[in-house]
Amino acid sequence: MSEISHYSQLWHHRTPRTRLLMWIGWLALIALFVWCWQLMNRETIWFFVADAPRQAADIGNRMWPPRWEYLPELLMPLWDTINIATIGTIGGVVIAVPVAFLAASNTTPSARFLRPIALFIIVTSRSINALIWALLLVAIIGPGLLAGMVAIALRSIGFVGKLLYEAIEEIDPLQVEAVTATGAGRAQIINYGIIPQIMPAFWGISVFRWDINIRESTILGLVGAGGIGLKLQGSLNTLAWGQVTVILLLILCTVVVSEWISAKLRHAII
Amino acid sequence: MLEIANLSKVYKTGDKALIEVDLSVPKGQIMGLIGPSGAGKSTLIRCINRLVEPTSGKVLLGDVDLVQLSNRSLRSQRRRIGMIFQEYSLIERLTVMENVLSGRLGYVPFWRSWTRRFPSQDIQRAYQLLDRVGLLEHCDKRADALSGGQRQRVGIARALTQGPELLLVDEPTASLDPKTSRQIMRLLTEICTERNLPAIVNIHDVPLAQQFMQRIVGLRAGKIVFDGHPKALNEETLTAIYGEEDWNPSREEAEL
Repeated sequence: MSEISHYSQLWHHRTPRTRLLMWIGWLALIALFVWCWQLMNRETIWFFVADAPRQAADIGNRMWPPRWEYLPELLMPLWDTINIATIGTIGGVVIAVPVAFLAASNTTPSARFLRPIALFIIVTSRSINALIWALLLVAIIGPGLLAGMVAIALRSIGFVGKLLYEAIEEIDPLQVEAVTATGAGRAQIINYGIIPQIMPAFWGISVFRWDINIRESTILGLVGAGGIGLKLQGSLNTLAWGQVTVILLLILCTVVVSEWISAKLRHAII
Repeated sequence: MLEIANLSKVYKTGDKALIEVDLSVPKGQIMGLIGPSGAGKSTLIRCINRLVEPTSGKVLLGDVDLVQLSNRSLRSQRRRIGMIFQEYSLIERLTVMENVLSGRLGYVPFWRSWTRRFPSQDIQRAYQLLDRVGLLEHCDKRADALSGGQRQRVGIARALTQGPELLLVDEPTASLDPKTSRQIMRLLTEICTERNLPAIVNIHDVPLAQQFMQRIVGLRAGKIVFDGHPKALNEETLTAIYGEEDWNPSREEAEL
């Protein structure tokens, strides 16, 4: 023991500077919470909050029992909704693939010119919600299924493009090197060196996006872009709460089924 | 067959990987390239098929100076040079047959390679080579289903499908056990002898190099510091290549 007594018994996980910064960080977080709490208290009309349970019970009463006779009328709009999601996804993926190859730093033909454009397309598509795309498109190409499909496609480009270009950037460069060494051309290098490596990611991303699009397309009708959302809006406007219940249950079932299909597909691919 | 003259490579970071290297490899010679990590072995063989762009110098394969080529003619010259890699570098998710046929990519147009409809001579050649490396019955398995030794055999078959005039071999046995390493080295040397193919083999394992190579070149800090018969490797020359180290005792102890 005495031989090693000149070694320190103290060891700190963090430097004093880091500790101070973390302490300030926590303090700021607590201060923000207190400030938000005060703001919320000031701007809430407590009469409505106190009334909430009664209102909820009231709507609940009106929503029950569901008006099952309404169901047959919903099947066509539901079919439309599924078509909006599926065709929209396919359209989005078809455009997203070349965009992803332009955006990935290891495949882009020009890092200074085309890559920023591709990244801009991805950011634009991602930053605008499908509902807002639909709102714009209904104004441009008129209400209906087409506006819904284009809205879903435009929203999907960014999502699929971003995840796909990240997958392209993460491939094993040695396989690409080996294909290059055989004297293969540019397109052949992509076909043999890159595509086999990103195939699982590609299918996983596409099916996942389709699953999300089923959910998103159920509300597009609210702004006139077709599908089951139109019926939901109609029922809400006429205060037909029994019909609203049927629609919500139907959407729930559709989403559960689509999630089951997408889980099965992804499992089969990967 | 291969003439390298005054070849230098300076990386963007300013690291001098190769300094005015002169080297010539005649037809049919199997040459081992040894040296410490970072000596420039990998850079040297990658400068030959320009996976790494040389900074200056000449690389003559036959009469063609590979350094001067435009991209298009570089691609057709790359067909003449087969390459075998340390981690096999197979396309893991494709079948063994697709991997072997990928050696023909420089010869077939894009649509043929896209639809996997290769000319019948290419397919016959691929089957013949798979038989030569002993993998004929595995041809429709996916590459990632094979063991390390089998994968390296696919790598060898792929390089040979090109009908190469020179083989570049980068640490072919670094990921393999000692027995498989020897089998792979034996296969490589046999194939080179059969076809009178010259080969440059990067290799870490000095005893393995001595066992299989006809000539050893030692590289240190981008310069050739040894060039001779494997038997000429002794304590003095190993020190010249790798630096000061006690080379003998472990071997003597092993003999006792």
